[in-house]
Amino acid sequence: MGEIGENEEEVKLVGAWFSPYVHRVTWVLKLKGIQYEYVEEKINSKSSLLLDCNPVHKKVPVLLHHGKPIAESLFIIEYIDETWKQNPILPTDPYDRAMARYWAPYIDQMILEGSKRALYVEGEQLKKEIKKVSEAMEVLEGMLKGKKYFGGERLGFLDIAFGWIAIWLEAIDQVAGVRFLDSHKYPLIHKWKNKFREIDVVKDSLFPMEKLVCFFKKYSQYSKLKLSEATK
Amino acid sequence: MYITPVKQEDLANNMAEEVKLFKTWSTPFGLRVVWALKLKGIEYESIDEDLSNKSALLLQYNPVYKKVPVLVHNGKPVSESLVILEYIDETWNQNPLLPEDPFERARQRFWAKFNEEKLLPTIMAIFTKEGKDREEAMAAWVENLKFVEEELKGKKFFGSEKIGLADLVFGWMANLIGIFEEVTGLKIVDERYPLLLAWMQEFYEHPVIKDTWPPHDKMIIKWQALYENYHPAK
Repeated sequence: MGEIGENEEEVKLVGAWFSPYVHRVTWVLKLKGIQYEYVEEKINSKSSLLLDCNPVHKKVPVLLHHGKPIAESLFIIEYIDETWKQNPILPTDPYDRAMARYWAPYIDQMILEGSKRALYVEGEQLKKEIKKVSEAMEVLEGMLKGKKYFGGERLGFLDIAFGWIAIWLEAIDQVAGVRFLDSHKYPLIHKWKNKFREIDVVKDSLFPMEKLVCFFKKYSQYSKLKLSEATK
Repeated sequence: MYITPVKQEDLANNMAEEVKLFKTWSTPFGLRVVWALKLKGIEYESIDEDLSNKSALLLQYNPVYKKVPVLVHNGKPVSESLVILEYIDETWNQNPLLPEDPFERARQRFWAKFNEEKLLPTIMAIFTKEGKDREEAMAAWVENLKFVEEELKGKKFFGSEKIGLADLVFGWMANLIGIFEEVTGLKIVDERYPLLLAWMQEFYEHPVIKDTWPPHDKMIIKWQALYENYHPAK
């Protein structure tokens, strides 16, 4: 990502290619033109770097700035916004910031975690997850009324937080055999999705659909196995 | 219902400065917000809800989660206690809950989330479950406490030198751990965690905090009843 000179900030991002949480951080780093070194974690073996810098959760992403680790993607984004002031990501008004901080984790809980679970649960459980995700998609659709982006005229914190929907959700739909990303039910989300995918900093995150589908198939099989072992 | 008198100068200067807090008499999530308001000396009106019979006003202000606490500032509602705490900190700048340094801010936010996602679910599992499930919850709790104890090394508070956002979020431990220990007969935070025990004591007795605790007897009755629900006498 460029030479680290003596006067340059030392920024390192520990991530995994398939993680939407990681990509939202890279979008922010790129939007602000911040040079960083990227370290890819392997899926099944956690590196000593990761275990050192996120001993509590042992998860990606972790941002290292001058060697100090910051974990939790939404907090990393706030950290970046507070440290590098160009191209602000969060709104300035405290009430708008409260709304951003409220909705981002809500959608993570309802749609990101919900759709992931839809990949491996069945029957009544699956019905529950589908209902949860659909309700949250309705909320999202409503939030886009009269807006170009979730942030208004320009890209904002919520676009970054929800951006994974424009890339990952279609693959999840395919593997889980559901239709979360229904362009008829959610025309505004559909429009936003296409606009989001056009953004320069997002283009590097556009995987071939087969790669994501293959990943989610493996994730689904692995999780189903784990679940059946746990319930024996 | 406790209504704060409005000062004359407030009326003159901040005609629209109206702060309402919807909570219940016992919710630790609402108590966090009370602490933030008190630490900053913010006047507010407190409305204690009966959750089995939610007021129309509450449902109007928090249609998504229908939960307390909800802070209403000049008619605009903010819900989710962590979001409310940050909103308060950014709106009223005196006695900051979070310092200026972005790394310190990220650190406290991390631990606040740790409390919500790790500590709270495990303590509720210890309280509600039995047998092997309870043992597993206890094991997870012990793991979690190790991290918390480690984090307090070299610090007086989670916020470092003074009370910060993370302290308010962990604050439930200062009264509820004792109550849970009394009700369940279990030792939940033992002498393996001297820093945590010292912090709990310090926080419990803090001049701004100490008069806010809900009545002990009432809490015992409430939690005893809940406990019996989950563990009916055979």
